[in-house]
Amino acid sequence: MPSLLDIISPAGERVAGHRPWPRFVVTADAWRRVAAEIGSGRATLLALWGDAGAVPTVHLAILEERSAAIAVISFACPDGKFPSVGAHLPPAIRSERAILSLYGYEPVGAPDLRPWLDLGFWDVRHPLGARSKAPAAPPAYTFLPVEGESLHQIPVGPVHAGIIEPGHFRFTANGEAVVRLEQRLGYVHKGIESLIAGASIEQAAKLAARTSGDSTVAYGIAFAHAVEAALGIEAPPRARHLRALMAELERLANHFGDIGAICNDASFSLMHAHCGILRETVLRAAAAAFGHRLMMDRVIPGGVTADLEPAGAELIGDLSQQIRRQFPRLIELYDNTASLQDRTAATGIVTIELAREFGASGYVGRASGRDFDARKTPGYAPYDRLDFAVPVLTDGDVNARVWIRIREVEESLKIVEQLLDRLPDGPVAVALEAGDGEGLGLAESFRGDVFAWVRLDGARIACCHLRDPSWFQWPLLEAAIEGNIVADFPLCNKSFNCSYSGHDL
Amino acid sequence: MRRTLFEGLVRPPLTEAPPSPDDGALAELAASVERAARRRLGRSLAIREVDAGSCNGCELEIHALNNAFYDLERFGLRFVASPRHADVLLVTGPVTRNMRQALERTYAATPDPKWVVAVGRCAADGGVFAGSYAVVGGVAAVVPVDLHIAGCPPTPIELLRGLLALLEDGSQA
Repeated sequence: MPSLLDIISPAGERVAGHRPWPRFVVTADAWRRVAAEIGSGRATLLALWGDAGAVPTVHLAILEERSAAIAVISFACPDGKFPSVGAHLPPAIRSERAILSLYGYEPVGAPDLRPWLDLGFWDVRHPLGARSKAPAAPPAYTFLPVEGESLHQIPVGPVHAGIIEPGHFRFTANGEAVVRLEQRLGYVHKGIESLIAGASIEQAAKLAARTSGDSTVAYGIAFAHAVEAALGIEAPPRARHLRALMAELERLANHFGDIGAICNDASFSLMHAHCGILRETVLRAAAAAFGHRLMMDRVIPGGVTADLEPAGAELIGDLSQQIRRQFPRLIELYDNTASLQDRTAATGIVTIELAREFGASGYVGRASGRDFDARKTPGYAPYDRLDFAVPVLTDGDVNARVWIRIREVEESLKIVEQLLDRLPDGPVAVALEAGDGEGLGLAESFRGDVFAWVRLDGARIACCHLRDPSWFQWPLLEAAIEGNIVADFPLCNKSFNCSYSGHDL
Repeated sequence: MRRTLFEGLVRPPLTEAPPSPDDGALAELAASVERAARRRLGRSLAIREVDAGSCNGCELEIHALNNAFYDLERFGLRFVASPRHADVLLVTGPVTRNMRQALERTYAATPDPKWVVAVGRCAADGGVFAGSYAVVGGVAAVVPVDLHIAGCPPTPIELLRGLLALLEDGSQA
């Protein structure tokens, strides 16, 4: 079977200076063919975004998991129209709606052309494309129709009843059973990509690090990978080890927070209290070792801004030992509490087929049989030399998503200990030189793979796209809740813990 | 589970109360928050958190106020689910254009007397997001703000310190 690249490369013109994976400019015909190939399960959609460069263009990044090959194909659309990918591939639908709202490029033949991210409150239309003044009274948003006996609707949000991010959920229920959930997101859209366009690399890194605060290290790494690829440089070995160390601390802190919060949404506050202690312990160690509890702005293109002193290394080693002592008992507590299992087992199931079709990453994908982790595929230093496993389960329920996190905590501890053992000496950053290349980077956040793409213009970023793993997880939450009771929604939602800010940009 | 519960009963609390000389700030804060809250509000202050566009970093640290180390409720400060039950709106983020109306409505739904605390660098003036087509600016551009707590994000201790300052200002009002 020829690889996807064998099909694409003869059909397109390879763009010079796109690293580390190739980019091809293709015809409408080849674009459609690739979209159909992904739709048939041949490859996975990594990202789909617009680009208002010299010529209006849409880019499609794909991953062929069998060969670990990644490619970007680009379609120039001077008339502002491109053949819909979403017509073949449901996970592309929201990306296309976002392209239409942000750039004004129309996906021809798309199944859904309603605006996305643009909720009608901006002064401008198509802020990233050819800007025009927004209409004074935008047309009302239409939710999908629902038909049947005895249905009622429950609108929730944007302001939710907790310390969480804003978004709108429209439930249609029959009694207690959810018949349909439709999300409407975009409330925390800050226009990050427009702020990054034209910014210095330094300023752009600050913005990328604030795309989703819980994954600030992962965003830092993905963005640094993209910029470094565009410049054709690599961060020094010590910097890459420290990045991984910070990324694993971030994963540990978030997984502890999530495991506790999921149990709390099943009213089991004992787990929440104990997991909260572990989370706080990790954050304090991060603050002591790297100078910031969330390790914000510690990863920059070219390296890291904070070196690890011997005392900090010792502290993280002790932290790992402490978690190894305390966590097993919490695992036992989770596993042996029947009333808790009763809530989490068989609740909010994501099928293996849907996880594969949507290319769901992180615990959402891995709890539903998708064996994908950016640290392994395509992989990046220093993980390529570390010994760790990627846990995969197939039940796809809340319980499986909890267990994936539990197993990942154990693997993260293994990684942390290996990193401390073999931390190389040397500089922690290299100076950046101006360049004109394009680069693509991936990094595995606690939530899944973060995708970053940049085009440089000297010392500035000309164009950037950041894709949060939540883009391909949010739609699966709509599927997972179907047939469950309304009261189980918080539990399902927390087991996904999708990012609003990362999605809304 | 029994062992965990038993130890929970007999072990000393993790709560940052017993003041050690190095950690004097928190203990001092604990005592004065208690005094001020009791004077002003009879030992109760209900807080409604509103994310008006944040990156979620501030929310993570606000969450931490509820963990065993900071244990906000011991001061009589607690988070409530509805603005109707709130004395304080704790607002984060640069206010996005998409959240402006929701923030205004939440403010309108909060009964008087009420205070607004803007949390984080972005809530002060939009921070790194200022100037975007999608951002209004700081919280004060939309609703009147009584206090800003700086930081990106502020640590839980800085948040506690800020809430104290509000209580002391409020008592002089």
